Amino acid sequence: MNTTKTTKILILGAGTAGTIMANRLAKQRRRDWDIQIIDEQATHYYQPGFLFLPFGRITESAITRQRAGFISKKVAYTQKPIDKIVADQNKVLLTDGSELPYDVLIVATGAQIAPEETPGLLGDLWHKQIFDFYTFEGAKALRDYLKDWQGGRLVVHITEMPIKCPVAPLEFSFLADDFFKQKKLRDKVDITFVTPLTGAFTKPVASAKLGHLLEERNITVVPEFSVEHIDNAQKKLVSYDGQEVPFDLLVTVPTNKGSAAVQRSGLGDELNFIPTDHHTLQSKAYQNIFVVGDATNVPASKAGSTAHFETEILAENIARFVDGQELKPAFDGHANCFVESGNGKALLIDFGYEVEPVEGTFPFAGIGPLQLLKESRLNHLGKKLFRLIYWYILLPARPLPFITAKLQLSGKKLTKK
Amino acid sequence: MEQSLAGQTVSVDDGGYMTDSNQWNGEIAKDIAQQLGIELSEQHWAVINWLREQHAQGVEANIRKVGNSGIVNIKEFYLLFPNGPLKNASKIAGLPKPTSCL
Repeated sequence: MNTTKTTKILILGAGTAGTIMANRLAKQRRRDWDIQIIDEQATHYYQPGFLFLPFGRITESAITRQRAGFISKKVAYTQKPIDKIVADQNKVLLTDGSELPYDVLIVATGAQIAPEETPGLLGDLWHKQIFDFYTFEGAKALRDYLKDWQGGRLVVHITEMPIKCPVAPLEFSFLADDFFKQKKLRDKVDITFVTPLTGAFTKPVASAKLGHLLEERNITVVPEFSVEHIDNAQKKLVSYDGQEVPFDLLVTVPTNKGSAAVQRSGLGDELNFIPTDHHTLQSKAYQNIFVVGDATNVPASKAGSTAHFETEILAENIARFVDGQELKPAFDGHANCFVESGNGKALLIDFGYEVEPVEGTFPFAGIGPLQLLKESRLNHLGKKLFRLIYWYILLPARPLPFITAKLQLSGKKLTKK
Repeated sequence: MEQSLAGQTVSVDDGGYMTDSNQWNGEIAKDIAQQLGIELSEQHWAVINWLREQHAQGVEANIRKVGNSGIVNIKEFYLLFPNGPLKNASKIAGLPKPTSCL
């Protein structure tokens, strides 16, 4: 690529992935780069906080900030909705009719819930007795409902995979058990966990461990349940093969989809996720389009930690691409997630494309101090502290000590591979 | 490991999914289907052939893609291959066990 002229780098989406990406590129201080970022929303939510909001364990203000405040002054930020990407002409159209040309495009438009995909979900009971907790509105409405709920059948439900933060519905179930115990209502609440997966989680070791924790808490698991529709009148989930699960209170994770703008651009798969090279994060269709965070179709967790690790690899690949060098196939699917298990404890899981979550120590082999796939108070403190790490270290792209983008195998009890 | 299907020896994994889809043929499909209590109709074959085409193109199938295939809708897919339609259809089609993304 011609280095005498300015290279226009355009980032779509100022969420977790887009914001970190913008700040990382800004830190590379390349004078010939013109970095722009665009997002239609003004508010940046700390999405892991949506898990705690329904139980009144976190305040609205603790998880709400202005997007603009987190973006480097060296990056031009625009708050406007986009219409679509015209990839053949290297430009993005905005809904106000203006155009943004680019040399390199980074798509970080994320994933959103799509409750309209399930018949009956947006019916009479939506946000009255059926709630999501993947949006600020849903989590708040659920908090207000739970304040006065006197018990009955609580169903926690996953519609279909993939979803953002695949452990969140499990964590919600654990925290609900805790919440009702503290309210002295647990004997009046029947908790059922309904999933399209074969167990609590897809990866075998973690699935067994987490499944056991559900059992201990007297939470019934209904596996391999693919919901076809929701019957509002009789308050039940009905599956494609005719199974039914009745509820008094349904907390569901609707289908997750990529951005509608991706669909309008003709760049997505059937769920609007963009076919992306698993290791370089370059889009499969266009060499100068890269994808980061939940917007990709890579088989990694749709989680903030994954987005963070991806930005480290992608920032280097963007520089290599601009300089005409070969891309590094360095992304290994690394995800690192705290799993709240209630009662002031949490587990930590650390895994990637080829390595499932197992027991061990993290980040220092044999020392820890964090324990993998085991409940501990320290993991819970880690999860609580993580909110501050997110705002003040991750988003500004400051270095996170001891945590590497590459998944480390030392300290893990691996049985094979 | 190895298993005898329709009088032929083929390699399969722990779950009984064939590990070499080139060893597959129609007789083997019928044998696996029979063990699952499924008698293959024309509609079953249409789904099986579509799944094999997708696999040959390197596309990993999921239930939603089958529903959008124009061959069957998701409800029909469940009726054709009860108790885990994608798993059972993939097994009969001689394809690997479908993975769910995380």
